[in-house]
Amino acid sequence: MIEILLYIFIPLIASLTGLLFMGIQRKIIARIQNRRGPPFYQQYIDVLKLFSKRENISHNWIFDIGPIFAIVGLVTTLLFIPVGGFSLLSTDGDLIVVMYLLVISGLGMALGAGASGNPNAGIGVMRGLTLMMAYELPFVLVVLSAMIYYHTTSLSEIVKAQKSVWAIAVLPLSAIIADIALQAQFGKKPFDQPIAPAEVATGPIVEYGGKYLGMLMLAHSIGMFVEAGLFIDLFLGGGIIFHQAGVIYQILNFLFWILLVFIIYTIAVIISAVFPRYRIDQAFVFYWKWPTILAIIGLAYALGVSAW
Amino acid sequence: MVEVKNEEKERIASEDMGVQIENQDGIELRSFGTVKRWATKRSLWMVHYCTGCGGIELAPLMTSRYDMERFGMHPMVTPRQSDLLLITGYVNIKTLKRIIRTYEQMPDPKYVVAFGSCPINGGPYWDSHVTINHLDKYLPVDVYIAGCMPRPQSIVKAFDMLMDMIQSGKADGYLRYKKYYDRYKANQEKLFRKWW
Repeated sequence: MIEILLYIFIPLIASLTGLLFMGIQRKIIARIQNRRGPPFYQQYIDVLKLFSKRENISHNWIFDIGPIFAIVGLVTTLLFIPVGGFSLLSTDGDLIVVMYLLVISGLGMALGAGASGNPNAGIGVMRGLTLMMAYELPFVLVVLSAMIYYHTTSLSEIVKAQKSVWAIAVLPLSAIIADIALQAQFGKKPFDQPIAPAEVATGPIVEYGGKYLGMLMLAHSIGMFVEAGLFIDLFLGGGIIFHQAGVIYQILNFLFWILLVFIIYTIAVIISAVFPRYRIDQAFVFYWKWPTILAIIGLAYALGVSAW
Repeated sequence: MVEVKNEEKERIASEDMGVQIENQDGIELRSFGTVKRWATKRSLWMVHYCTGCGGIELAPLMTSRYDMERFGMHPMVTPRQSDLLLITGYVNIKTLKRIIRTYEQMPDPKYVVAFGSCPINGGPYWDSHVTINHLDKYLPVDVYIAGCMPRPQSIVKAFDMLMDMIQSGKADGYLRYKKYYDRYKANQEKLFRKWW
């Protein structure tokens, strides 16, 4: 019962906690740059301000449904991902479904941004889709290695199979490649070409202001939970530390899952704070070269171990 | 030739004295509650558009010396996402067209801060044929900072003042621009002769 309640409120919890994490992230970046930084609740103020704007400029109805498309795609994906060992929509092959659903929010943003008619948005969309194609290849190989190692395509089965030892201990190479792909999924620094402010003026979101931008910030914080949650369920045992049954253990597992999201996001932020930005062609070549080669080695390793 | 032009400008300025309105005369501030105003003042995003020589004063303001992100302010690159337009220094006629275009793309509520003496009365360029002397004839300015150029301390003071004005509802430049749009437009067209 309590799990179903948690699950109904998970989009709300994810968006609000994600805003808190993004505020802490701004504080961390400020401390790295020897600044004092904004208060940790700054993201809440920003969202409140964006939703209280008096004027919201729209271009057409496709522009309007872009942010809705993004947020709905991410919430749907979040329902498939086990949170603290519990998944609401869990079936066979849901890992493949998640791989498809992950793309929907990006495509929705591309649709809305393309409808705005701004050339910067067009360039940003082009870069975003190129980057997606770049990091999906090593990421799919990594997911395949986890599928082959555990002989299942169900995320909750993979989580259950990691009861004794986490997959990061048995598939370390795949976990590292997944984290490199995660850097681009988060849109953090070496791979933030789609929203590069100095080059394409924040890219796809260039025409979005006011309430639209507020909704995109909420979508971004849900997306953080989706992407980090997939990594946790694949490699960090789904964030389960207590295997006993009971409501209190469920809640503790849930909180530990959120803590793991924070840790993974913070690692990405710290990498982002000290790196410059690749060009889009460099990023593409990078992803299809070293991470792909290492992911193939990881896949071969998983295949060999499971066949053994 | 130049003198005539200046006289014309003075005449327009004297006509515009009517634009100086008080807060209480029929300006709509309903539906903009205390919490919303607090959120607006604590998260002012400014357009990253530097005109004139004041842009150089923003570098120490944004970086670790006078970290302006403490107040939730940081530069945004597109006017659609911004609340604050900084006029950093002298404004020539060609730049003014771009400034007006940027200002009109920003969603309400929006605020303007003018740096230095040039937007106030022309400063050292008061007799130039390419700069304007009174910015307030073409755009509603909320806060002026005197000085040539103002130091970062005084800019921080000005932002502090702007935040107080937003909280008390006195920063109503965007409402003035809407209410007296025809007068502002007439001034702009008189200056530009042919629009764009």
